[in-house]
Order: sequence, then C-alpha cells, then structure tokens
Amino acid sequence: MSIMSYNGAAIIAMCGKECVAIASDLRFGINQQQTTAVDMKKIYKIHDHLYVGLSGLATDQATLAQRFKFRHNMYELRESRKMRPETFANLVSTMLYEKRFGPYYAEPIVAGLDATNGYKPFITGMDLIGAMAPTDNFVVCGNNEESLFGVCESMYKPDLEPEELFEVIAQCILAGVNRDCLSGWGGVVHVISKDKVITRTLKGRMD
Amino acid sequence: MAALKLDYSVLDAPQRATDRIEADCAREIHGDVHAQNFKLPMVENYDEFQREVVDYVKPNHGTTTLGFIFEHGVVIAVDSRASQGPYISSQTVKKVIEINPYLLGTMAGGAADCQFWQRNLGIQCRLHELENGKRISVAGASKLLANTLYGYRGQGLSMGTMVAGWDLKGPGLYYVDSDGTRLKGQRFSVGSGSLFAYGVLDQGYRWDLSVEEACELGRRAIYHATFRDAFSGGTISVYHVNENGWTKVSGTDVGELHFEYYPADPVENPEGGKGAGGGKDKDAAGDAMES
Repeated sequence: MSIMSYNGAAIIAMCGKECVAIASDLRFGINQQQTTAVDMKKIYKIHDHLYVGLSGLATDQATLAQRFKFRHNMYELRESRKMRPETFANLVSTMLYEKRFGPYYAEPIVAGLDATNGYKPFITGMDLIGAMAPTDNFVVCGNNEESLFGVCESMYKPDLEPEELFEVIAQCILAGVNRDCLSGWGGVVHVISKDKVITRTLKGRMD
Repeated sequence: MAALKLDYSVLDAPQRATDRIEADCAREIHGDVHAQNFKLPMVENYDEFQREVVDYVKPNHGTTTLGFIFEHGVVIAVDSRASQGPYISSQTVKKVIEINPYLLGTMAGGAADCQFWQRNLGIQCRLHELENGKRISVAGASKLLANTLYGYRGQGLSMGTMVAGWDLKGPGLYYVDSDGTRLKGQRFSVGSGSLFAYGVLDQGYRWDLSVEEACELGRRAIYHATFRDAFSGGTISVYHVNENGWTKVSGTDVGELHFEYYPADPVENPEGGKGAGGGKDKDAAGDAMES
C-alpha cells in the first residue's frame, strides 16, 4: 500500500470565464480501511483569490497548509500585497523540492485569480516534489486520478460562468469519487470569482 | 497352426447398451461434482507460483455480509460492492447465492471462487436430494462445501461464506471458509466490514425480534459497515429464510438509505458549524484553515 493513499483524497480544479473552481471530497480514512471522519476538507484558503488543495497523507497536508499560510503571511507583511497565484505556485514548488530526498507525501493543486492581471484564472497541479504542470482547463489529483480525469474530460468545457462551472465541477467530483473506495462521503466546492467566492458542500453517497 | 477362437461373450450376463451409457453418465456426473480435475500449472515451484498469482484472482476483496438466527428464521444481509484495489469495479454484485429454495450462500473473498463452488454445492445438494429422496440439511450442505474447500486447502482459494437455510431441525447457519473452517452459530458477519457490522448486530440483537425488526437490524448493520468501511457499499440486499424457504425482503441503495437514516438539512448544519453550510450561496469562503 502506498503512503499516498493511506488517507484517501480526490481534488479537482477548473478554469472558467474570469473564475476558477476547486473541489475536494470530505473523507478522512485511516489505513484505507476505516472512515474516521466525513468532514475533512482538503482545500485551504491562502487569500480571497487563492486556494490550495492538498491530497495525500493527511498529516503532511496539515503541515504544508500551515507552512504555506505562514509563508504567505510573511510575504504579505513584507510586501504589503497578496501573492499572485503563479508566485505562490512557484513558492509551493520550491518548498516541495527542498525536501527532494525526503518529500512530503502530498500533492498540491493551486487555484486562484491573478489580481494584477485582470483576474486571470490560474490553476496548476504538482507532484509531491514540486514538478509544476500549469494548465488552462482542469487539473485533478488524488488516488483515483484516472476516474477523475475521465469525467472531467467528458464534462468540462472552457469559458463557463461561475454557476455553470460550479455545476460541472460538482458533478465531476461526485461522479469521480463514485468509482473510488478511498474518497467521497460528500464534497466541498469553492468557485472563486473577482468579487465573491461561492462555497457549497455537496451531498454525496456515504459509502 | 491357427487355434480356433470362439466368442463366448454371449454366455456372459446380458448387458444392455443403455446400462453402459448410464454408467458413463453417472461417472461423469460424480466425477464432475467435486471437479477435482483442474489442470495444475506446469511450474517448478508450485507454491511460489501460487503466491505470485493469488493477488490476481482476488477481485472481490471488500465486502460486508452477515447472517443471524432468531425466533422467526434466519436473516441474511449483504452489500454489493466489488473492488479491485481502491478502484470500485462494480456496485451491483449479487453476493447472496441462491443454492436452492431452502438454502442460501453468501459471498466474501474471491468472487469467482464463491460463485463456482456454491454453484457446485448446489449440484451436490440436488444429487443428495435425488439419491435420498429428501432435502439435505443445512449441516450437511455446509459440510459438503467445507469438505470441498478442505480438498483445495493451500491452493489459493479465497472464500468466506455463510450457508444459511431451513431443514427438519429448523433454521441453520454455518460459517465456512477456504481454510476449511466450518462453524455453526447464531450470528456471523464476514468480510472487510464485518467488525463494523458486528458492532451494530450484537447491540441490536434479540432472540424475539419480529421479522421486520430483524430485517431492519440486518440492513442497519450493513449500512453502518458500508459507511465506515471503504470497501463496502452499493446496495443492501436482505433475505429472510423460514420454513417455506427463502424470500428476498429488500434491496436498498445505500446512497439513499444514508439520508433516510440521517436526513441532510440543506441550510442548517447538523454538526454545528463544522462544515461550510451546504446550499448557502454567497457565503464568502468558509475558512478551511480551521479544520
């Protein structure tokens, strides 16, 4: 058993028209077998226009989320401005590669809007040692990537409005986790647009 | 000098062609019952080979099944998920095998092994019926299965089954597995989610449960197992066996059952602020950092 699927996770991020969406499942399992909690969101807020999703080992998720938040706070104090998503993604990548020979067992997805560039959507996936893969459509991660990719490939289309994007990403995460033992039990979606963030929890299968 | 050869066979007891055919048929049937004629792989180290391939032939890894005896018969309840590793390969597997109108088998472990050998058990039970003119007991049936499985011990079969039914002695419930274990009991649960199911089952069990209560207990126990166990889920099937044989009581989708047991309020959050309040529209970004 891989340590990456010890707790189980499924995360998707998608670009829309002047908005991005990021969604995760809610399961927290121990040793694959036991579902210990069904309210663990794997998406962490960095600032109003920037979120990071972390899949993999839960303890490393928590540690990384705290370190990311800390680094961003320090940046904000020093520079009196928020980080651009791309800057933040580079920071994440560097922080992960710092541990090249003893990595954190977590794969991040960064999703945000670039306020300095007309709120341009930015999403990127990454492996556990920080190989960035920015895209302009969607990224997925978790222990059931193949299924998530499948539903996203067939349901995604570019330039969706926030409400449409919410519908697509919600259907994708719910359909994707239905083929995975280790994730699911409901989900959470954030749709980030220029002046508001839509946050909704999803009702899903609880098995 | 050539000896004169006479054919004396006409003096033997007369043998009709049909007798020979019948004997052949009987041999074929009885030979096939135990199906002890599988070809073994031509490898140098059979044990090592077996260990290597055993992972490939266990597709139906995760399961929760349970069965219990009470005043009004036996209740069997099972989930319906088949997984290959963490991947859910099916949510609609039939894990109760209807051996005959009075006997049920449940399936945990290797799907193919369970299906094949319980069908084989069905054949053996039918032959027993034809030979003896009466139905086989649950004890007898389970022993046939246990003996068959013991014959294949160490060859990589993977089964954890319950044989349940009704015979002259009343309700019967046996646990039989591929190690050759055969146990008689009042309550059993088998599979990766069995411990979760036992928790609910033992807590809610009484001898004088009504049929409805018993079916609900079985359903609830499986439901809780599907909730906690990653490898169980899909649909819950409940069977009841009494003196008239088995009946399928219900088949319930867990996706709906959960919200029947625990209705989800779209606005209020029952857990008190832990989640981000489902359905709330422009609630600016529930702070996930807190969790």
